[in-house]
Amino acid sequence: MTQEKLTMLQAINQTLDQVLETKEEVMLLGEDIGKNGGVFRATEGLFEKYGGDRVVDTPLAESGIIGSSIGLALNGKIPIVEIQFLAFIYPGFEQLVSHAARMRYRTRGQFSVPFVIRTPYGAGIRGPELHSESVESFFVQTPGLKVVAPSTPHDAKGLLISAIEDPDPVIFLEDTKLYRAFKEEVPQEMYRIPIGKANVVKEGEDLSIIAWGGMVREAMKAADKLEKSKGWKCEVIDLRSISPLDEETIIHSVKKTGRAMVVHEAHKTGGLGGEITAIINENALIYLKAPVKRVAGFDIPVPSFTLEDQYLPNALRIEQGINETITF
Amino acid sequence: MINSKEIESLHVESDELYQVLSIEGDSLINLPQNMDSHLMLEMYKKMVSCREFDEKAMKLQRQGRLGTYASFKGQEASQVGSSIALEFSDWMFPTYRDHAATHTHGQKWSTIFLYWMGHIDGSICPEGKKILPPSVPIATQLLHAVGTAWADKLKGEENVSIVYFGDGATSEGDFHEALNFSGVFQTPTVFFCQNNQFAISVPFEKQSASKTIKQRAHAYDMKGVRIDGNDIFAVYLTVKEAVDRARNGGGPTLIEAVTTRYGSHTTADDSKKYRNQEKIEKDWPTTQDPIPRLEKYLRKNHLLDKETEDEMKREIKKEIDEALSIAENYPKATTKQMFEHVYAVNTATIKKQEEEFLHLLGEER
Repeated sequence: MTQEKLTMLQAINQTLDQVLETKEEVMLLGEDIGKNGGVFRATEGLFEKYGGDRVVDTPLAESGIIGSSIGLALNGKIPIVEIQFLAFIYPGFEQLVSHAARMRYRTRGQFSVPFVIRTPYGAGIRGPELHSESVESFFVQTPGLKVVAPSTPHDAKGLLISAIEDPDPVIFLEDTKLYRAFKEEVPQEMYRIPIGKANVVKEGEDLSIIAWGGMVREAMKAADKLEKSKGWKCEVIDLRSISPLDEETIIHSVKKTGRAMVVHEAHKTGGLGGEITAIINENALIYLKAPVKRVAGFDIPVPSFTLEDQYLPNALRIEQGINETITF
Repeated sequence: MINSKEIESLHVESDELYQVLSIEGDSLINLPQNMDSHLMLEMYKKMVSCREFDEKAMKLQRQGRLGTYASFKGQEASQVGSSIALEFSDWMFPTYRDHAATHTHGQKWSTIFLYWMGHIDGSICPEGKKILPPSVPIATQLLHAVGTAWADKLKGEENVSIVYFGDGATSEGDFHEALNFSGVFQTPTVFFCQNNQFAISVPFEKQSASKTIKQRAHAYDMKGVRIDGNDIFAVYLTVKEAVDRARNGGGPTLIEAVTTRYGSHTTADDSKKYRNQEKIEKDWPTTQDPIPRLEKYLRKNHLLDKETEDEMKREIKKEIDEALSIAENYPKATTKQMFEHVYAVNTATIKKQEEEFLHLLGEER
């Protein structure tokens, strides 16, 4: 298999190029995605290659983009929408939750909305206000939507292809701090990583750490460090999909380690960490040697960028979480 | 033949209502050839049928056989006249008050009963039709009609997408986003606004400082027409022209059909609280009811006699009674069905919840 070292952005760009090439129904829609190639350059070169009917610079209106994409999807197109930042999606929220997510259910399968909403999310790149949110819970609580958050260039490609081929609407969350953070081998071929299946990125016996997106790297760093300094072997689970959740992998791991910690940069209250804790309690309580730990974003607005490192779950807090849980 | 210039000169530049059929039942123009007696009788039959359904539904709601119901009484000419101008495979995006339109475009009365009976199968449309479920959020569906039309344009298909909404919807952002997108991408969409003058309790003059809804079309460089929505000839001719234009690549049209919501917003509302309902009930039958207006025309032109009408009404009553019987004898929705169709393949979590609940219900499910 031909491989190439790519950043996550390059992997996404390559994937979009390949699906535009191979599926004539695919259309890209978004603000500044045409000539400009997107504010992060995820669609660079695609407008020139496929033209304005397939790579569409839309008017600046998120409800308009998502709402008209619902119509496009109803009528046989496969829209891949770029919402410039996750915190800009709110004008289109009603379209997502009241229509895209419910169309199949309301029509008993007669009509459906197979589309993908790609959107950068998360803090850590010194963005302006409202460019750094992690509000994935809004969507996870909506039946009918799927939510995916890759943590590596390789996963981004495989998950994006699965999202595009999925018969239901998928929100595809791209952590901005991963976009250019590192390169890894990405096969040139089209391949799929199943939605709804977690990935155990590091096996261990002492504690299960559950994370997604950019927090997987942070969890890995802390786990590696404490393995060296204290000999603790943490198992790190990258959820890959946060809706649907791979409960089986979580439960299986916690039964083995007897301890669990969730790391997410979304606000703690109402965040997915609470849901994962409940799943563990419902299914593996008697295996637990310590309370399930949550290391999350604080319950404050994501602050201006000079403070964003303090907002984000950092090495200090993750290591302390591991320490507390293992020595409980 | 009425031409677009005539409509434009009358109605894009002025606030006047475009009218073809006078209240006395006289045609104010030379009717085009496609408006033959067959079509006129079909219009009449559909309007009478829709009125019969609506009045039946109101009674059934009072008897507790339907849930909350939104009456379309008074808007039959707007809804029948517009949908009768469509082709079989045109897309339709209705609201919850547009069952006269959906029925005319092919939705079954029995399904519409099911919808108001709270049945989970109440939004399925007949095979091959493209009638979407009623939009409950206001104005959101306008964008869907932009999207389906856009896809048809890109695919080179000749379908048109028509979307129904009320005067209140024109205050929503999605109304403006839809008109703007449709203008930019020149989609074959017909925006059909029934200005029934009230958004629940708020009259149009409080909804907007704009004198008309039609004038908003100007901002998006789109054709805008303001018509008498109780005049089925005006509605038909205007919509026919708009769908023909859209089908031929001429882009979207905004139509403001001025009409009257005869009753309350829904059966859960009481319009006496915010408007002079007595006056409406007194004046409406002679000045605004669209059905006698067409009836007068048909009688004056010897297209309808008592025998034909009696036969027509018998048929309609039978049809609606049968539809009610189908709906009332329709299999009750099961708990199992409640869990179906959330996703193409339901998630493990949903499957587990279903399994546990069905187990708990045991025989009772």
